[in-house]
Amino acid sequence: MSVAIQFDPIRLPPEAEALRVEVRAFLKEEMAAGTFDPQAGRKTNEEFSRKVGAKGWIGITWPKQYGGQERSFLERYVINEEFLFARAPTRKHFTADRQSGPVLLKYASEAIKQDILPRITRGEVSFCIGMSEPDSGSDLFAAKTKAERTDDGWLINGRKLWTSLAHESDYMIGLFRTSAPTQENRRHGLSQFLVDLKTPGISTRPVLHPTGNHEFNEVIFDDVLLPHDNLLGEADMAWKQATSELAYERSGSERFLETNQVLFELVDFIGENPDVREAEGLGRLVAQLHTLRRMSISVAGMLHAGKEPVLEASVVKDLGTVWEQALPSIARELSAFVDRDPGNRLRFEEILAHNITIAPKLTIQGGTTEVLRGIVARGLGLR
Amino acid sequence: MDEAQSLVADAASRIFRDLGDPQTINNAEDDSWRAPLWSALEEAGLTSAWVSDELGGAGAGIGAGFAVLRVAGEFAAPLPLAETLLAGWLLGMGGIVLPGGAMSVAPTRRGDTLTLGADGVLSGVARAVTFAAEVEHLAVLAQGSGGAVVALVTVADCACRDGRNMAGEVQNSVDFTGVTPVQWAALPDGIDAGTLLLMGAAARSMQMAGALQTVLEIAVQYAEERVAFGKPIGKFQAVQHNLARLGEEAAAAIAIANSAAFTIEHMDGWDGNGVFLDVASAKIRVGEAAGQGSAIGHQAFGAIGFTQEHILHRFVQRLWAWRDDFDNEAIWAAELGRRVAAKGGEGLWHSLTAA
Repeated sequence: MSVAIQFDPIRLPPEAEALRVEVRAFLKEEMAAGTFDPQAGRKTNEEFSRKVGAKGWIGITWPKQYGGQERSFLERYVINEEFLFARAPTRKHFTADRQSGPVLLKYASEAIKQDILPRITRGEVSFCIGMSEPDSGSDLFAAKTKAERTDDGWLINGRKLWTSLAHESDYMIGLFRTSAPTQENRRHGLSQFLVDLKTPGISTRPVLHPTGNHEFNEVIFDDVLLPHDNLLGEADMAWKQATSELAYERSGSERFLETNQVLFELVDFIGENPDVREAEGLGRLVAQLHTLRRMSISVAGMLHAGKEPVLEASVVKDLGTVWEQALPSIARELSAFVDRDPGNRLRFEEILAHNITIAPKLTIQGGTTEVLRGIVARGLGLR
Repeated sequence: MDEAQSLVADAASRIFRDLGDPQTINNAEDDSWRAPLWSALEEAGLTSAWVSDELGGAGAGIGAGFAVLRVAGEFAAPLPLAETLLAGWLLGMGGIVLPGGAMSVAPTRRGDTLTLGADGVLSGVARAVTFAAEVEHLAVLAQGSGGAVVALVTVADCACRDGRNMAGEVQNSVDFTGVTPVQWAALPDGIDAGTLLLMGAAARSMQMAGALQTVLEIAVQYAEERVAFGKPIGKFQAVQHNLARLGEEAAAAIAIANSAAFTIEHMDGWDGNGVFLDVASAKIRVGEAAGQGSAIGHQAFGAIGFTQEHILHRFVQRLWAWRDDFDNEAIWAAELGRRVAAKGGEGLWHSLTAA
C-alpha cells in the first residue's frame, strides 16, 4: 500500500476510565466550592491550577523524580478532555503541561529540570511559546530574533509577536536564530531556549483580539542575557527537535473541543423533542465529533506506544479545527426555529456570538490549515 | 487487526489481485471472471467467515469478516460478498445451516416490515435488496407471532421487481407475500430488524472505507505521473491540498469504520448505546466522506477519470450506492439526533465518553 494513513481502533484502558470518575468528582466539588465558574470563561485561576497540581494531574506522565506520576499518556488524555468539557480554567498550567514540560524533559540540563519541572507539576509556573515574529508566522524558519553566544551567556535581540499569554507567563520556550540558514537546509540555524521572562531587557506589550480580549502580546528582547545552560538541545537544530513535539500539540481534544459548549448547549436548547431537521443536524454533528474523538484517541494510543504519528496528528488538527470552527455557525442555523423561552434564547445567542467571534483563530493557531494540508500532502508522497 | 485477521485480509487481497482486478473486470467483455473469483473466495472460506464450523461456515470470526469486507471495498468487488456474509451471520443466529452459494439479506431499510404469519407464510415487501435476483437464497428477518425470526427463503419463490443501484448492480424490491420459507427459526432475545440494520451499516461502512482508500491511492499516483503546465500536477499546491482533503476524508472513514467493527467484535450485546453510536457515526461520517472523497477523486483525474474505460467509476459509483444501503446518512443522523436530544447535553458527553 503506497499511502500509509493509520487509525487503529484504540479504547481507553480501565485505569483511564477510573481516573475519569475521579476527575469528574473533583470538578464537581471545585465548582460547588466556588473555585471556578464554567460560565466565566477559561481565565487564569491560580487556585484551581494549584489544586490540580496537588492532585498530581499536571505532568502526570513525567518521571517521579521531577514531580510526575509516571502514569500513561492515555490518562492525561482523559484529564484533558474532562477539563475541556467542564470549561475548567486550565490556562495557568495548560501549555507547560502539554508542551513546554516535555521539551524540558527531553532537552534541558539536569539543573533546569530539577528546578522547574516540579514547580510546573504543582501548578505554580506558567509557560508561553515564543515562535511567531512580525515577518514569520506560519513560516517559522524565517525567524530573525537573534541569540548570540558570548562568554557571559546568550545575548538575545529582537521581538516575538502574537505570543499567547506572555503577559501572565513565568517562562517562554523561545525559538531564536543562532546562525544563518545553509544553502542545503533553510531550516538550519534556529535553536530553542528557555527564557525566564523576568530577565532584564524583556518587555511585553498587549496586542488585543478583535473582541478586546488580551491574549496576544508582543515580546521585545533588548540585549537580554540568558545563561549558557538555557540552550535546549543542540544549537541550530531546533527544526529536528520540534517535530515530535508537534504530534502532541496537534492531536489533543483541544483541537476539536474548543467550541464544544455550543454543541452541548444546543442539545439542551433544542430540547427533548427535536423536529426532523434539528434531529438530523444534531446527529451529523455528533457523528462527526465522535469520529474526531476516535481519531484523536487513536493518535494518543500511537504516542503511548512510542510512535511519532506526525501525519495522523496533522489530519486530526485539520479536520478538528475546521469542524470546531464551523460548529457555532451550524448551531446558529439549526437553532433558528427553536421557539421557546426567550430567556433561554438570549443566553444561547450570547454563547453563539462568543464562539463565532473566536472561531477564526482556531484554524490559525498551532499550525494553519494550509501548513497542515502541506504536511498531509507530504505524507501522501506529493512533496 | 490481529494476526489472524491480517492473514485473512492478505488471503482476500491475493484472490482479488489475481482474479478480481478492477481494470481487468472493467475491460472484460463478459462475465467469465465472475465464477472463478467467487469459487476462490468460497474455497478460502471468505464468503462464510461469519458462520461457525458447526453450521457449515469458516468460523473466522467477526473481525476477520470485516477485514475481508475492507479488502473487497479496496477492489470495488462487484459480487454479493457482503450480502452473503450478512445472510450467513443472520442465519447462524437462528442456528440455520448454510445452504451454500451466494445469498442476500432483507430488510435493508427502516420501515420495511416483513411478517411471518401463524400459518408459516411470509408477507411484506423489502426495498433495495442488493443482488436479490442473482442469488439463490435470501436470509429474511421477519416478525413472527412470538418475536423476531430468521427465515431462509428461495428467491425463485418471491416476486423481485427489476432494479439496479447506482453502480449498475442488481438491486430489487422483493415481495414476500405468500412465500413459505425453506426453514425458519426464532432469533435470540434482543435481535431484531434494528440489529440487521446495524450490522449491514457497519459492513457497508467498511466497504466504503476500503473503496475510499483506493480512490486516494490511485488519485495520488495519477497526480505524481500526470504532467501538465510542465510538471506533475501533484506539484501544484491547489492539487496537493485537494488530495490532502481526500486523504483526511479517507482517514476519517477508515478510523470510524474500524471503530464500529471493533465495537461489534468486542461488545457484550447489541442493545448497548456504544454500538449504536459507533455504527450510526460510521454510516453517517463514512457516507459524508464518500460524497466528498468521490468529488475530489474525480477532480484529480479530470476528463480521463470521467470515462467508462477508467476504473474510477467502479469505486465512485459503489460509494454512491453503498451510502444508501442499510439507510443513508440523513436517516441515521435523524435517529441519532433524536436519541441525543432525549438525553440532553450532559447525557451526550457521558455517552461519547462511555463508548
